[in-house]
Amino acid sequence: MLKIEKLHVAYGGIQALRGISLEVPDGQIVTLIGANGAGKSTTLRTITGLVKAQSGSIQWNGEELLGRPIDRIISAGISMSPEGRRVFPDMTVLENLKIGAYLRKDKGEVEKDIKWVYELFPRLEERSWQLAGTLSGGEQQMLAVGRALMSRPKLMMLDEPSLGLAPLVVQDIFSIIQEINRQGVTILLIEQNANMALKIAGLAYVLETGNITLSGTGAELLVNEKVKEAYLGKHKN
Amino acid sequence: MDLVKELMDTILPYLLSGISVGGQYALIAIGYTMVYGILRLINFAHGDVFMVAGLVMVYLSASMPLYVAVPLMALLTVLLGFVIERVAYKPLRTAPRMSVMISAIGVSYLLQNLALYITGGLNKNYPVIPWISDQIMVFGAPTKRVTLVTPFLTVALVIVLVWLINHTKVGMAMRAVSRDFETAQLMGIRINSIISVTFVIGSFLAAVGSMLYFSNYPGVVPTSGGMPGLKAFVAAVFGGIGSIPGAVIGAFIIGVCENIIKGLDVILKTVGVLKEPLELATFSDAFTFALLIVVLVFKPTGLFGEKTTDKV
Repeated sequence: MLKIEKLHVAYGGIQALRGISLEVPDGQIVTLIGANGAGKSTTLRTITGLVKAQSGSIQWNGEELLGRPIDRIISAGISMSPEGRRVFPDMTVLENLKIGAYLRKDKGEVEKDIKWVYELFPRLEERSWQLAGTLSGGEQQMLAVGRALMSRPKLMMLDEPSLGLAPLVVQDIFSIIQEINRQGVTILLIEQNANMALKIAGLAYVLETGNITLSGTGAELLVNEKVKEAYLGKHKN
Repeated sequence: MDLVKELMDTILPYLLSGISVGGQYALIAIGYTMVYGILRLINFAHGDVFMVAGLVMVYLSASMPLYVAVPLMALLTVLLGFVIERVAYKPLRTAPRMSVMISAIGVSYLLQNLALYITGGLNKNYPVIPWISDQIMVFGAPTKRVTLVTPFLTVALVIVLVWLINHTKVGMAMRAVSRDFETAQLMGIRINSIISVTFVIGSFLAAVGSMLYFSNYPGVVPTSGGMPGLKAFVAAVFGGIGSIPGAVIGAFIIGVCENIIKGLDVILKTVGVLKEPLELATFSDAFTFALLIVVLVFKPTGLFGEKTTDKV
């Protein structure tokens, strides 16, 4: 279980997180919704160690993650598919997957996991030798998710996987996220597409200018008036 | 028929030494281009690392046999490159690029001045390395064996390097880091280690290059790194900075052109175009830098440079 307590982060001269606390229980899909600049990405980046925190704690199965180098956070079983996908454009699809397993030494198991990712995303197998830069946006997103799976994470974090994708592709990706979760990977998802995210989330948090203002199950927040008004684009009658 | 043979005989020595010098530039140019590829930094100290490698060889060979001195020289040069990166560039990782560049210029002058202090500015005779310094005849032209060895050794080292980058885990990590620091870190790659590896490889090649280069020249002075360093830099820009094959091809082109220009008087006289020498050899260095200007004006990305319009 990932447990964040009173996390303060200043980032680029602004106070991005003002003492947030949240929990990501094992086996769940947890989502963090909020407007642009609310601090969603900063939260994920702090968990991975890309951004340094000022104070607070991030505990992963009882161990403190703050202050650890990034590679030791990844090897502890946390991975991230970053915002904007960030696949390596001049590497092939296969190389992108292999680099996701950079820290692993168990070659045979890595091969198996490549097969597993190809089963989840058959499109990637077809394009195995293609340079990642030539893929469509949706395929790149699949590759970013596949790459994040290659470290065999217990917790996979996804930063805006629906960004800039066609609605049908978004649905595909969300159903695969659910499938990955059913296979035992905990998911922490941040989304601007709050509607989609809340529908699949067991637990959801609303982040506003660095504070968590609401939390509950996805279903609860879907019918919450404030959430509806602010994030789901539905007005009160 | 006679004229053709005579012309070949005249051109050949210049061509040979051009290819040889080109290979030596190539070994230095790879260091520039690899560091640029990863840090987007022109490592101005690289030419001076090359010079220090020469001096270290001079001092080591005075007190120990060559089979110890040569590997030890390579090791010390690699160590120097590693330490420069850790001390002068790593603390500036998040600083603006200009700061790192100024730091590089500082390191360059520091090395030159240290060398001046130690040598007293005197020319230090480079040791004669047996076998590669032997006189041989190539197509009837006398030359040192190093002239013949250099291009082959260079090409062999480049092939190994390209294989390393394309087919090993470290190479894959280097490509990832050169593309995207943050995402590379998310894969668990320790970027500082990979950057160090880059400096180690670059310095090692500069050490090999310095051995080949100085074997052809009378000695080493504190400014010896300047000209070859600059020319290797031009080669890297010409080939498209960041690209290893580009740097190598650029270096060979510059080496050959420069030497042909050195021999242009003699060549033109043989053909009968010139009666009196025009001292065209004076322009051999100018050519390199004129080429730099032309490249920067007409094709700033060089022969194999990265496309500037990357959309991700």
